[in-house]
Amino acid sequence: MPAEAIQFEPLAEDALLLRFGDRIEPVLNDRVHAAVAALRDLPSLECVPAYASVLLRFEPAAWQGDDATSAHQRVEEAARITLETAHASAGTGRIHEIPVCYGGSQGPDLHALAQHLGLSDEAVVARHAGADYRVAMLGFAPGFPYLLGLDPALAMPRRPDPRPRVPAGSVAIGGLQTGIYPTELPGGWHLIGRTPLRLFDADASEPSLLAAGDRVRFRAIDAEEFADLDAAQRR
Amino acid sequence: MSVQVLKPGLLDTLQDRGRPGHAAIGVGRAGAMDLPAWRLANALVGNRGDEAVLECTLLGPTLRFERAAWIAITGAPIIARVDGTELPGWAACWLPAGSVLQLGRMAAGCRSYLAVRGGFDVAPVLGSRSSDLHARLGRALQAGDTLPLGNTVTDAAPSDHPHALPWRLDPQPWFDFAQAPLVLLPGSHDAQLDEASRRALHAGTFRVGNDSNRTASRLDGTRLQLRAPLELISEASLPGTVQLPPSGQPIVLMAEAPVTGGYPRIGQLAAVDLPHLAQRRPGDPVCFRRGTLEQAANRLRRREQALDALCRQIERRLQHDGFLSRMTGPA
Repeated sequence: MPAEAIQFEPLAEDALLLRFGDRIEPVLNDRVHAAVAALRDLPSLECVPAYASVLLRFEPAAWQGDDATSAHQRVEEAARITLETAHASAGTGRIHEIPVCYGGSQGPDLHALAQHLGLSDEAVVARHAGADYRVAMLGFAPGFPYLLGLDPALAMPRRPDPRPRVPAGSVAIGGLQTGIYPTELPGGWHLIGRTPLRLFDADASEPSLLAAGDRVRFRAIDAEEFADLDAAQRR
Repeated sequence: MSVQVLKPGLLDTLQDRGRPGHAAIGVGRAGAMDLPAWRLANALVGNRGDEAVLECTLLGPTLRFERAAWIAITGAPIIARVDGTELPGWAACWLPAGSVLQLGRMAAGCRSYLAVRGGFDVAPVLGSRSSDLHARLGRALQAGDTLPLGNTVTDAAPSDHPHALPWRLDPQPWFDFAQAPLVLLPGSHDAQLDEASRRALHAGTFRVGNDSNRTASRLDGTRLQLRAPLELISEASLPGTVQLPPSGQPIVLMAEAPVTGGYPRIGQLAAVDLPHLAQRRPGDPVCFRRGTLEQAANRLRRREQALDALCRQIERRLQHDGFLSRMTGPA
């Protein structure tokens, strides 16, 4: 991976940002996941991926030497060397199939969204469930995935009046993005369906079902299958 | 072996150093807003250092101690009484079993820390006992809550009456009574501020807004403007980052900072000044002065060295006085 195209910006005493660009683009986000895969083994350092950047939060005491070289310089140097010698590929990430019950009470905004876009409800579901997505990053709340890969025909500006409570598992569209609310949260995206899967469980050995870089496909299910899967999750 | 909440304060949460290492799955660090005060409270009761303490906000709770305990209170100066006996801050205090500790108002500042020998022993979540209200991990204390204490049985009671050890720490370097200007480091987008806004940010006086909390301190004062609107994509965000949302009201992210954000970053508070901002209550003044990252990193290193040295000194003093062994007792 050529490191010269990366911008390094010190943000704080314990933080250095690696920026690959300033747009939401799959090719930039792929570089983010490749960089995290290469950098995550550096000691005393935490990697936080975003759309086109990776934040390195390090322990200043662990990276500070005896000479005049600052901890930031050492971290930047280590990151450059690691990225230059790393293999270009981050792998493809794990693949998840997320069952979604679209429309009805589980997706109260599906019909209005379809009408706004001039599509049938079925066409929206077919396009949403027919695409391949990649988890660009997690944020906003524990386990909340920002997914890249939404069909641009499904893009719709956020609701002017955010809901104070969006049910856990809600699958939603906001602008050019789609995501899943992992827990009950306030939210301004359009709710088109709901998955019975638990996306976040702080007590589990792997608390978040999804990780940045993972692939996601949605599978349309009916209310009966939703109820069965929901019951199975509760056991 | 526990502490019972008889009456909660304004906002009481258990906090330790925080929850690093999980930002990639959307979980921030949280942890004590005033980390030096957290650390010194633990040191004063002879804790190892990573125990959870109670962070109180503006008005403290009333607590009943089922068993005898050593406690220490640091951070904002707060009225603390046990059965009419007033307890000093920044000192180890002995409470006999059955004591009711009433924590009142803070004379200054915003957050006090109550450490108990052995620590509050709630189950850790993702490696930390810190409540993260923003991420909904843990919650504020409520009346009737029972908080288990760590397993350090106190043997022979030094006395039947609540009392403090005869020495205490000087809060002066750790609590900023003067409300001095805070050092602001350059932000990614401060060059995009218009001329008047740049002057206002560095020469003006802001006041901490009423809607400030553990996630952010909102600064009332001159509304700031960029020369032209910036369309930014979300990047990781940090405690201490000064964001400028479209309203023009600058927001300083605090311990429960969201892990990502897309607002322009017009500055970064020096890490050593974060606890000082955490201690400013709504209405308190906030002024900034410029600094460099290099100076800030050096100040942070010196502060950590001073804290290390002070904690060692406290441990030696507790040992020398023979109190540490009495505090420890057979587990």
